[in-house]
Amino acid sequence: MSRKHGSTSRASVGALVERFALLGAWLVVIAGFGIALPGSFLTWQNFAVMFASQAPAALLALALIVPLTCGDYDLSGGAVVTLAAVILGVLNVVHQQPIGLALAAALAAGLLVGVVNAFFIVYVRIPSLVVTLGTASLVTGFVQWFSDSSTISGLDAGFVDWIIVRQLFGISYAFYVAALVALLLWYVFEYTPLGRRMLFVGKSREVARLNGIRVDRVRAGALITSSVLATLAGVVYAGVLGSADPFSGLNFLLPAFAAAFLGATSIKPGRFNAGGTFIAVYFLASGITGLSMFGIPLWVTSAFNGAALIIAVTLSQFARGRAESDLG
Amino acid sequence: MTEPLPPALALRGLAKSFGGARALDGVELTVGAREIHGLLGHNGSGKSTLVKILSGYHAPDPGATLQLFGEPLRLPLTRAEQRARGLAFVHQNLGLAPQLSVLENMRVAEITAGRPFIDWRAQRRAALASLQQFGLSIDPDQAVASLLPVERALIAIVRAFAAIDATRSGRELHGLLVLDEPTPFLARDDVERLFRLMRQVVAQGASVLFISHDLDEILEITDRATVLRDGRVAGSFETRHTGRERIVELIAGHAPVTTSSAGAVAGRGGAAAEIAFEVRELGGAALQPIDLQLRRGEIVGLTGLLGSGYEQVLQHLFGAVPATQGVLQAGRERIELRSLTPAAAVRAGFAFLPGDRQGASGAGGLSVLDNLLLPDLSRFFRGGRLQWPIMRGHAQALATRHRVRPVDVDMKLAALSGGNAQKVLLAKWLDVGPRLLLLEEPTQGVDVGAREDLWAAIRDIAAAGTVVLCASSDLEQLEALCDRVLVFARGRCRAEVDRATLSKAELLRQCYAAVAA
Repeated sequence: MSRKHGSTSRASVGALVERFALLGAWLVVIAGFGIALPGSFLTWQNFAVMFASQAPAALLALALIVPLTCGDYDLSGGAVVTLAAVILGVLNVVHQQPIGLALAAALAAGLLVGVVNAFFIVYVRIPSLVVTLGTASLVTGFVQWFSDSSTISGLDAGFVDWIIVRQLFGISYAFYVAALVALLLWYVFEYTPLGRRMLFVGKSREVARLNGIRVDRVRAGALITSSVLATLAGVVYAGVLGSADPFSGLNFLLPAFAAAFLGATSIKPGRFNAGGTFIAVYFLASGITGLSMFGIPLWVTSAFNGAALIIAVTLSQFARGRAESDLG
Repeated sequence: MTEPLPPALALRGLAKSFGGARALDGVELTVGAREIHGLLGHNGSGKSTLVKILSGYHAPDPGATLQLFGEPLRLPLTRAEQRARGLAFVHQNLGLAPQLSVLENMRVAEITAGRPFIDWRAQRRAALASLQQFGLSIDPDQAVASLLPVERALIAIVRAFAAIDATRSGRELHGLLVLDEPTPFLARDDVERLFRLMRQVVAQGASVLFISHDLDEILEITDRATVLRDGRVAGSFETRHTGRERIVELIAGHAPVTTSSAGAVAGRGGAAAEIAFEVRELGGAALQPIDLQLRRGEIVGLTGLLGSGYEQVLQHLFGAVPATQGVLQAGRERIELRSLTPAAAVRAGFAFLPGDRQGASGAGGLSVLDNLLLPDLSRFFRGGRLQWPIMRGHAQALATRHRVRPVDVDMKLAALSGGNAQKVLLAKWLDVGPRLLLLEEPTQGVDVGAREDLWAAIRDIAAAGTVVLCASSDLEQLEALCDRVLVFARGRCRAEVDRATLSKAELLRQCYAAVAA
């Protein structure tokens, strides 16, 4: 989709293969499981469920590529997913507040986490890995206290209905929320000056600064955007489950990072990009879904996600380093 | 009574070519035993190539011979050979880890030597002994970052000497300490401390090869000195019997007949043009306050020896490094330089091309197109989106006009040669039509053809009225490009050379005279 301004004439076959390798790998996975499990895996039902249930994961992965493009990590994304879900649950179910108010509170909380991250990373100049590792644990602690460590079911029926029950072309709205965000990020990255500035900030802060880019603002904005999108992931997650789970949202973080790096090996190799990330989320999910249909034990999921992250980063490193020599 | 000692270092027939260019040609260098020998020469004279060959970084062209203390050796020397023969280097960056303690820095080789346990007491004893040997009262547990600059230099030298001392066989010490410009950022009193240490080192039996730009220092500390010019030895002499003028002459060469080329470029941006910028009391951490009057279309050079502060002027005028004081006035517009940021400078129509092409000027991992259009993308943002076809066409036209080879705007900047990358980065700024163009070593590491192209582009934009400031230690470039050149020394502007007298030799004389002033 970001093909438009590529140099079609000069693009070698190799580069083309690289761009669409991930898509091909996904099709291979689908074909493999499809042959092995034709009755259960290769059904529209299975894919419709996967598209919707993985929407929060996709949103979180998209959230992560915003600061990653600017050279910062946001490890607090998983915690913010649970934070948003739990705020919805506690305010809407326990305190019987209208869903609109609960949504506004969740958004405010997400914004606050983003601002705190940005303050310590950009203003105090602490590495993003350290700050967001801290806020992740801080937020997780708050979530457990706030929710009493229990799942809260019974969310506003209209809200749940809109997220998961209503469908377009047989797929729940949740999927389209993620798809819309992917489109929006693709547009910002490719078709706005802001996206180009983010790219330079991520490649070299000093170069960006000496070309008149306000590096601090760009980084802070990216970190806040990441938290807001993670909040959206949490809201969709609550809708998909119909309840607020204070723990399981954390499990999204690792596959989301894997998807972000895997995505950086395709569509626009060497750069974090929305299209690649979106495909990578569903590629990884297809693998897990297929494996679980074989009845694999629970630990495999964890091992699969961990291995996927390392392999993805390795591949993206090759994609990045391939043509780049000594320059930053 | 005894047989004379063989020289510490005897280099013969040293030559080195890079591609077609001869950096060194038939160089001979002899450093006597227990001698402090100065090595002088301006940028491009081959001084740093010589040091890099000695330290094993470059291999010389075949034919060179080397003797250390009378023992013939093959160049390049390995680290182990250097250590065994008592050859030690202190480079300008000193090679200290600022966050670690003096003790850890001094004993780094022993601490990291791969033994399973570190005997910290023995290490501390050894470090204290080294410090006491030279009468230095520096706390070994202090972090290097908290030391004065001169103390850091002293620590680096003491450490290097300790490495030489470790090779001592019996009572006799064979050692050569190479000090590669350790002094350019030190104040006068601090240099004295350094000299005291160097004399102590010699008293212990070692020799010193001292590389410096500073004639006073050379005259004061060295026994003999060698001057390189254009890759050859211009002269070798006993310092005591040689005057300052003679040394400057050796560095600069005979003054060629000048002013012939002056007429060709003078006239534009001359005294007649209106003043575009008035800078008052610009000062910074390494720059004493200066005033500048810059006329429309003028190309003004800034130069000086290493550490003289001339590079700071550009950094401060762009806000890349904040100034401590100063105001820039452009007509009725007034800019406080203390609070100027690069973003504000770009908005004000200033452009800065840093000398560090890779780390500060352009993003090598991004395409030529990305780099070319970065300064003002809003031009291409129409109808809610960046107009990629227009951008592509614009970038292609720009690359063609500035003779970037190859004209493939999708190539990564890093894949271009130095000259072509620099053309891209200059074109980037020329395209947005700056009022003030700040150039730092604009043709460093650039081939001859690209150099001419870059100069032509700079002259063109000046002819269109842009004020150009060019900070460079490449005096040939300043002669070819500038209407006048300001010469700096010790953080001050000491002289102004105008078009009528502007020549490489004159600039060299001013550079060295300015230090002495």
